[in-house]
Amino acid sequence: MDDLSRFRDTYLAECEELLRDLETHLSALHDGTADSECLNSIFRAVHSIKAGAGMFKFTELVDFSHEFEALLDNMRDGRVEVTAERVDLLFKASDVLADLVGAAAEGSEPPAAAANMLAKDLAAITSTAKTAPEANTPDQATRGDAGTSAEQSRQPGETVCYRIDFYPAAELFRHANEPLLLIRELKTLGEVEVEVDLSRLPDLQQIEPENAYLGWTITLRSDCGQDAVREVFEFVEDDCRLDIHIDANDAGSPAPSEETDASPGRRNGAEGSDRKQADRAAEEGQAAKGGPGARISSIRVDLDRVDRLVNMVGELVITQSMLSQQADDLPSDRLIQFTRGLEELATHTRELQESVMAIRMQPVKSVFARMPRLVREVTDKLGKRARLVTIGEETEVDKTVIEEISDPITHMIRNSLDHGLEPPEEREAAGKPADGTITLSAEHRGGRIVINIRDDGRGIDHSAVLARARERGLVAPGAELAPDEIEDLLFEPGFSTAATVTDISGRGVGLDVVRRNIQGLGGRVSVSSSPGSGTCFTMTLPLTLAVMDGMIVVAGGEKFVIPTTNIIESMRPGRDQVNRLPSGDELVEVRGDYLPLLYIARAFSIDGAVDDPSHGLVVLAETERKGRVGLVVDELLGQQQVVIKSLEDNYDPVPGISAATILGNGLVAPILDIEGLQSMSQISTSPPPGLAAAIPGGVRRTDAIASIEQPERNQWT
Amino acid sequence: MSKKILAVDDSKTMRDMIAFTLRGAGYEVVEADDGEDALSKLGGSGVNLVITDINMPRLDGIGLIKKLRSDPSYRSTPILVLTTESESSKKDEGREAGATGWIVKPFDPDQLLKVVQKVCA
Repeated sequence: MDDLSRFRDTYLAECEELLRDLETHLSALHDGTADSECLNSIFRAVHSIKAGAGMFKFTELVDFSHEFEALLDNMRDGRVEVTAERVDLLFKASDVLADLVGAAAEGSEPPAAAANMLAKDLAAITSTAKTAPEANTPDQATRGDAGTSAEQSRQPGETVCYRIDFYPAAELFRHANEPLLLIRELKTLGEVEVEVDLSRLPDLQQIEPENAYLGWTITLRSDCGQDAVREVFEFVEDDCRLDIHIDANDAGSPAPSEETDASPGRRNGAEGSDRKQADRAAEEGQAAKGGPGARISSIRVDLDRVDRLVNMVGELVITQSMLSQQADDLPSDRLIQFTRGLEELATHTRELQESVMAIRMQPVKSVFARMPRLVREVTDKLGKRARLVTIGEETEVDKTVIEEISDPITHMIRNSLDHGLEPPEEREAAGKPADGTITLSAEHRGGRIVINIRDDGRGIDHSAVLARARERGLVAPGAELAPDEIEDLLFEPGFSTAATVTDISGRGVGLDVVRRNIQGLGGRVSVSSSPGSGTCFTMTLPLTLAVMDGMIVVAGGEKFVIPTTNIIESMRPGRDQVNRLPSGDELVEVRGDYLPLLYIARAFSIDGAVDDPSHGLVVLAETERKGRVGLVVDELLGQQQVVIKSLEDNYDPVPGISAATILGNGLVAPILDIEGLQSMSQISTSPPPGLAAAIPGGVRRTDAIASIEQPERNQWT
Repeated sequence: MSKKILAVDDSKTMRDMIAFTLRGAGYEVVEADDGEDALSKLGGSGVNLVITDINMPRLDGIGLIKKLRSDPSYRSTPILVLTTESESSKKDEGREAGATGWIVKPFDPDQLLKVVQKVCA
């Protein structure tokens, strides 16, 4: 079974896709936009999940999908009516199916209780199915009995002699069966002697090439059971005269025999033929055309391979810039040609890099498709009513980003359902439709992806938010805040507008964590609202986490990369702009604000760097959590796109460094983690306790909100 | 010359497993993800065996078998249908259309090879 396990991942990935299809088609069924193919597609999805599950012995998944499939089968051929209530049940079944797949993927305990309960509900509906008119009674019994009695006369393991009379009918050849192969198969069971009966063979002139004239009498000495012998003829027993019996003379036992005649269609309708007509009808329907999105021409590629490609192209970009650096040393007569070639190379490498990055791009659909379920579950729990509208599902982002956006979207949708949407009665009283609408949309804007989660609920109550912020000491008593500043308070650590934390959006995680995580990815999140008509969360993220724009700086001869997203500006301060605190910390004054200075070289104990900011440069950088800081460097080399190389494989986490890249000259340049550096320097530059007390309020900010936003900034002082 | 087998299934998992098992046993495998795809991949080139799923979009297994049997070049090509326990009626339907035999899912690699050897020299 080891061979099988290698396909487990493919299967599980395929399940994800099938579950997504299932959700899409169920939604169409729910909205009444389903076409005739819809139920067939739903059936096929469940059927495929079941078939694979059997391969990998996911028993609970097989059992559940079996019931699910049975009901769908009856629905698609009209024996069970599709009602709104039943569609809801199908949704629930699809959710349980997803849970079972999830459990199988993680190897965790499957939700057996829930599955069993729902399976019973499904079975109950299936049992109401109208029976198909052509149901036949099984007639297998006649065959089975004879086999058993023959079997009883044989001791297990005992070698017996079977005599097999095998007279194929022309039908056998029409089904492309081959007697020779069957005889060969018999040989694998034991010792075989074959006698051919040519008596039916006509004259050459009368032979019809497609008719069957030969017959064989086969003697098989074998210790296998009669079932095994019969199994060899499994495919042809309707297409031949077959007589298998144990030869009493040879084995010294009675010779019970059984015979199967070749009357065509004898076995037709033997097994479950009540399904047959319906199946055929459904399949004719299928032959027409799969629904929209039913087929995509694509291949599945292991992510490792794509990553390798990304890395290789990264190397190529590096080699290319190495070459351009060396071009400077070339004699001028050859330089022009060389430079031209290099430019072309640069163009191609850039295109190649873009194409490779495009491979990793995936539509956000995979994440969006999980949300209808969330909305269903949460509204059920809250007694609210809402529908989810998704826009821009085909918007693509890098796989790394896809993996990260699911949680924040989930959280914000929960938040909207819980706090934003009013209960149906309240909505109606306000003249709104009882069903709320949550709109989840994605679009590309300026090289980033923008995701909006909009509801048509009551909006943010500014005075309540402000009151609560004051109560929690987040806002100074007298401070006046603009509406957007008030809305921003929602992202403050520990802030919650609901009087009690519900288990819906509570979950022990606040919007502050959502914001922090998104910022960790180089993204931003904000909220805007208009009272009475709704709230909109907006999240913007980079399209990829595999490359980034960085500023190459030098400190003490070493090169570092500062992510450009962190950089506000760079400047050379005048001597009078730099103020030294008794602690030894330095502040730089920028247009009335005092920002802490952080020497990159000192942070990494590099000698020979510029010691006086007025001789070097100060890069003003900002992080969301720790505010602004002036990074002292020797010089700026320039801005470029760098391929992010993870250090995790080879190093323990290095404080202040998030990753590394390889520069044109082949040297490794660390990518600075500005926020990490800020935390680090709090430790390394923290003055002796006595001194620390002497410098409170060293940093002054003019606006009230800023000091709320970065409470930890005060630690700088 | 190794035998060439056409494996038709809309499930990538199933195709992968069939292809892996058969290739391991020295067969050449062509994959198709539904009946239409199968027909286009057959083109002029002959195959020694077709293994096809039943439930597929566009052209399903039964349709594929009927199409193949009506084409003189594939009249005597063995065709195996993939069925599950729950759809035994499919076996009969497959046979009526001209299938040679069937493979019941789930199967393990040995079972698959055994059935293949039974219908494909």
